[in-house]
Amino acid sequence: MARYIMRRLILSIPVFLGITFLVYLAINLAPGDPINTMIPFEQIAESTPAEIQAIRESLGLDQPLLIRYGRWLYELAQGNFGRSFQQKAPVADLLQDRIANTLRLAVAALVIALAIGLTSGVIMALKQYSWLDYLLSVFTLAQWSTPPFFVALAAIYIFSIQLNWLPSFGMNSVRGIDTAWQSFWDQVRHLIMPATILGLYGSATFARYTRASVLDVLHSDFVTTARAKGLLNRTVVVRHIFRNAAMPVVTVVGLNLANLLGGAVIVETIFAWPGMGRLGVAATIDRDYPLLMGVVVVGAVMVLVINLLADIFYAIVDPRIRYE
Amino acid sequence: MSQNVQSASATSAGDESLNQLAESLGSARGEKHYSPRRRALRQFLRHRMAMAGLAVILLLVVLAIFADQIAPFDPVQTHFPDSRSAPNAVYWLGADDLGRDILSRIIHAARISVSVGIVAVTIYQVIALLLGALSGYFGGLVDSVIQRLVDIVMSFPTLIVILVFIAILGPSIYNVMIAIGLLSWPGPTRLYRGQILQLREMDYIMAARSTGTRDSRIIIKHILPGIVSPLVVNATFGVGAAIMAEAGLSFLGLGVQPPTASWGNMLIDAQNLTKLQTMPWMWVPPGLAIAITVLAINFIGDGLRDALDPKQTET
Repeated sequence: MARYIMRRLILSIPVFLGITFLVYLAINLAPGDPINTMIPFEQIAESTPAEIQAIRESLGLDQPLLIRYGRWLYELAQGNFGRSFQQKAPVADLLQDRIANTLRLAVAALVIALAIGLTSGVIMALKQYSWLDYLLSVFTLAQWSTPPFFVALAAIYIFSIQLNWLPSFGMNSVRGIDTAWQSFWDQVRHLIMPATILGLYGSATFARYTRASVLDVLHSDFVTTARAKGLLNRTVVVRHIFRNAAMPVVTVVGLNLANLLGGAVIVETIFAWPGMGRLGVAATIDRDYPLLMGVVVVGAVMVLVINLLADIFYAIVDPRIRYE
Repeated sequence: MSQNVQSASATSAGDESLNQLAESLGSARGEKHYSPRRRALRQFLRHRMAMAGLAVILLLVVLAIFADQIAPFDPVQTHFPDSRSAPNAVYWLGADDLGRDILSRIIHAARISVSVGIVAVTIYQVIALLLGALSGYFGGLVDSVIQRLVDIVMSFPTLIVILVFIAILGPSIYNVMIAIGLLSWPGPTRLYRGQILQLREMDYIMAARSTGTRDSRIIIKHILPGIVSPLVVNATFGVGAAIMAEAGLSFLGLGVQPPTASWGNMLIDAQNLTKLQTMPWMWVPPGLAIAITVLAINFIGDGLRDALDPKQTET
């Protein structure tokens, strides 16, 4: 097992290098002088040509692209992401809190997506061609087709404006928080709407995969054998069907997290959730390249780690994978 | 039924009688025999939701093509005295902040959605077909390199990388098409590669190769027709996804720029709580337009998949 994990870890290194290099390349090939993507515009305007040349050399811009990329990676390894143009602060500091906030939103959404997606997928498969299957299929497709920002606006209209049950933006209330318990409950209330909307959006993929996966197993010989042995229906479903149907679904969880992070960009913007996605949008609009690079690197690492965990889980459940 | 069987056994020997037997057995079960293509078409036409979806999309395409003739107003023409008016006899769906007719904007925005869907999907399907065919047919080093590339691009958090594109190239409808097109090929590439790997081992391909047919001819004549089904299904769902992505980017202010109307950017204004509460005509119609369009496309995709490729589970 340890060998498998090591091999899998080594495999993700070129993927990480590939992602960061492509993004680095893209930003460096941006029209105009690359110095514009490294230091703020005002600083260039205030400097003499000689000073700019000095900055250029100190940033290593006179070096070839590959060497610059290497230096940037070296800095990155030491936790130095550069300084944000707009916010005049180290990118690493800006990212720190945001990562935790986005993870909190993404994990809550993932739990909701799995709960809804797996349940409806299993029901659809076990009751194939029934009215329930039909209804859930249409519901799933509708969830998948409705843009999360439209659902978010409708939810704010219903639950914040009309019913006044849930807060419509932010992560904390400004007033009326005294105890730790109140603060916790307050954060949960802020989390409910964004996490549910993101989770509903993600659940559609899980539901469709689970349905297909369970149907696949349902008609296999070992299930027929289990039934022929006279096992209880419940035992067949839980022991024989679920166990085997779960495996393909696990890999989808990894891939789906990348989508969930993408969806988080939009949901965070609407609910003013102080996460990475919102930071990324702001960095894009301001053309704040160091900050944007930071967001991309952290996002890519998150997706890589999740895929790694999914593969390891897969190898634990299915020993054949380890010896491939 | 007995009459059919009798007539079948009464005919002369050979292939003909076998055919007739098969036919009569089929008709005994109330089925006729069709070529696979016609059977798929029949099954697709019987898919009720797919037919409803097709009707919606045809209507949308007509709206997009004849937007200038159909829309009651110029979509960017402002009528300040009527700004924010609720739906009425003149402005059927009301007017926005600047007094622009919302119905006309929605009709014109159909153009944006239809063209983003078609162009972005064409870009990445061409890439996916090329890479998938190379990877699956030749295998070896070519395959390894392409598959590692697929791994890398697949682990991109797509929307975040699209942000990099937009930051560099600036927000516009063309850049949205290119960004979606250049980042969405890994899924279909992998799909087509798998399909081609299976086809490559088929006897008829072996036969073609043993008669000395050139690789290019084998790929075009024998391999590509085999991946038409997954291609059609994948591209259909892709159009829905691209329309959704464009709406999302325009909603964030990173896609189609005002005053040009897009369903996504029409929702930007609605982020204001007062408008959300008191002027639902500003945000409900464009939101519904996106949802109905994407849903219709996904229904068509479902119908196509059931008809062409019942085993395929990937979307």
